[in-house]
Amino acid sequence: MANTISSLKFSGTKEQEAQLMAVIDELRSQKGALMPIMQKAQEIYGYLPIEVQQMIADGLGIPLEEVYGVATFYAQFALNPKGRYKISVCLGTACYVKGSGEVYERLMETLGIKGGECTPDGKFSLEACRCVGACGLAPVMMINDEVYGRLKPEDIDDVLAKYKNR
Amino acid sequence: MYRSHVLVCGGTGCTSSGSAQIIDTLEKELKRNGLENEIKVIKTGCFGLCALGPIMVVYPEGAFYSMVRPEDIPEIVSEHLLKGRIVTRLLYQETVEADTIKSLNHTDFYRKQMRVALKNCGVIDPENINEYIAYDGYQALGKVLTEMAPAEVIEEIKKSGLRGRGGAGFPTGLKWSFAAKYEDDQKYVCCNADEGDPGAFMDRSILEGDPNVVIEAMAIAGYAIGASQGYVYIRAEYPIAVKRLTIAINEAREMGFLGKDIFGTGFDFDLDIRLGAGAFVCGEETALMTSIEGHRGEPRPRPPFPAEKGLFQKPSVLNNVETYANIPQIILKGADWFNQIGTEKSKGTKVFALGGKINNTGLVEVPMGTTLRTIVEEIGGGIPGGKKFKAAQTGGPSGGCIPAEHLDVPIDYDNLLAIGSMMGSGGLIVMDEDTCMVDIAKFFLEFTVDESCGKCTPCRIGTKRMYEILDKISKGKAHVEDLDRLDKLAQYIKDNALCGLGQTAPNPVLSTIRYFRDEYLAHIVDKRCPAGVCKELMNYYIDEQKCKGCTLCARNCPVGAISGNIKEPHIIDRSKCIKCGACMEKCKFGAIEKH
Repeated sequence: MANTISSLKFSGTKEQEAQLMAVIDELRSQKGALMPIMQKAQEIYGYLPIEVQQMIADGLGIPLEEVYGVATFYAQFALNPKGRYKISVCLGTACYVKGSGEVYERLMETLGIKGGECTPDGKFSLEACRCVGACGLAPVMMINDEVYGRLKPEDIDDVLAKYKNR
Repeated sequence: MYRSHVLVCGGTGCTSSGSAQIIDTLEKELKRNGLENEIKVIKTGCFGLCALGPIMVVYPEGAFYSMVRPEDIPEIVSEHLLKGRIVTRLLYQETVEADTIKSLNHTDFYRKQMRVALKNCGVIDPENINEYIAYDGYQALGKVLTEMAPAEVIEEIKKSGLRGRGGAGFPTGLKWSFAAKYEDDQKYVCCNADEGDPGAFMDRSILEGDPNVVIEAMAIAGYAIGASQGYVYIRAEYPIAVKRLTIAINEAREMGFLGKDIFGTGFDFDLDIRLGAGAFVCGEETALMTSIEGHRGEPRPRPPFPAEKGLFQKPSVLNNVETYANIPQIILKGADWFNQIGTEKSKGTKVFALGGKINNTGLVEVPMGTTLRTIVEEIGGGIPGGKKFKAAQTGGPSGGCIPAEHLDVPIDYDNLLAIGSMMGSGGLIVMDEDTCMVDIAKFFLEFTVDESCGKCTPCRIGTKRMYEILDKISKGKAHVEDLDRLDKLAQYIKDNALCGLGQTAPNPVLSTIRYFRDEYLAHIVDKRCPAGVCKELMNYYIDEQKCKGCTLCARNCPVGAISGNIKEPHIIDRSKCIKCGACMEKCKFGAIEKH
């Protein structure tokens, strides 16, 4: 999945930075604090641009490479900002067998982006995920926290239409 | 006292189909009817029958309402809860008999199940520790701390025959005895709740439905091996489970089941949660520990085994959620009760997440040794649309596909290995005649390539090469020799990869080649996909008999590949066709076929 350094300009605020510093101070003495701090940092900024990784590295007194290494290892950490509506299609086995691959393809076609990318207007981002645990509703996709189940490719337009004018 | 209890499933499946809204509406309606002090609404964990969600059960009658919609609630409240007349129309129809309802335990879905690990799921309120205590909760911890020596606890678990439910099936008691043996100032107990097998959700359901059982079992493990600290490593994608486990840990601390001097016995034990961040390899024990330490979750070579040098280089024990869920009952009811259940070498029960092409999608728990046929045909209610069973996939990306000829094999760890699959964490995906086995093998390899941590070469490069060969096969570009190369490469990766993920990655390919060689050959030699899945090998045809010449398909074809006169059969020009399927979707007469 695409996880490259963002080309967008970093626009973090002083308040966000203060929040991050508070998190680092709170957790630094805990064993294995790096990942919990990065998870909080992603909550604060929405993603982990290199600038934020640098702040974490400086705060913990560890090399940036180490932070970057962890950031690129785990699927949860995003180096690119996500869209306002984050679409994730379940490609777990149960959903795949019931045709979620076709749903995913249709979304790529309709939105004109690939998995891991965001539409130019910043509205939708698309990704595949592995099992959201709602196998009874397969195939499933989520838009932010909303779950859509028993999908067919032809349902996509109707679902997206609900978000287009928001 | 309440005269009636309404249990609404708050598991992930039912929450996704709207159970939160059901609870809201229910509470409003009860208030409107002045029943809020007579009837109690409880949000429980998973009932298991996810296909029929949202699920709602009314006690004392035991009326099982399925696929409940918010608009049904006023009727259920005014008819059933106020006037005492069950709304039969909205019940799970299998429970309805002439003029009465039958107990859930007598329905096909539940009759052959035996609930040990899932005992409290769908029964108690997971966010209230008192309900767990009312169901014998924390009695087992009390028993081990006051009546048993650590070595006796380990002996009891060994005698029970319990084996790890996370995949490989290593004997739990033995694992504990190794960690107990090493002396150190600090030891750790870890819980693997990083359920990564796509299609398995039993660990999440246990944590969502009965989080305290895991806490109690980990404290017991801590006492047995001499650890005072535990970590639960749980997927960040499981927000409900994280929330309920956090509540349970806080409640257990308040009650004195965690912390210093538990039950006044001088035993200290506490728990912390660590969130996983989406890496399948972190289900491997050494990788999981590396990840808790805050690093890239890469596995470490063993030995040294975690029992000697595990988390933070200290002796550690790691068990899976479902394994832990069995522990308190083994302590309370005794090893001899537990080892009566199951087969000779696999004791107890196993939870399976039943999914794919099956009617009763959901969570089932059966004694080891139950046949696949019982699970698929009786409990699972068979395959929808009258289609034919083709294979069942167990063990996720590390397992294999089991064909119809092995439907009657009693399922346990050893039998599954013998037929080329494995127990894994318990995902069980049913596939019908419309599923292409080459495509499924490719699907799993794509997963492994994506999730390979990159540390060892056989896995990092080998799985990628396997994927490429499969891709060629699925596009009709492969030769027969490719099948042998695939087989050789698979064996090599099995023997040489560093960790369990790599060593088992070829299994989906090997098992499908073993049982569905014909299907591979059809792709390679005949350039044909018998199941009609592999796009590149498919062609669309118009059935002249069925075509009415309405021109709808021709008008919708994006590349103008369909021609024909009005009211006459149309034809598709295969040199122009891009196989998008738009014509098939639009045709009102079912005249377009693909094969």
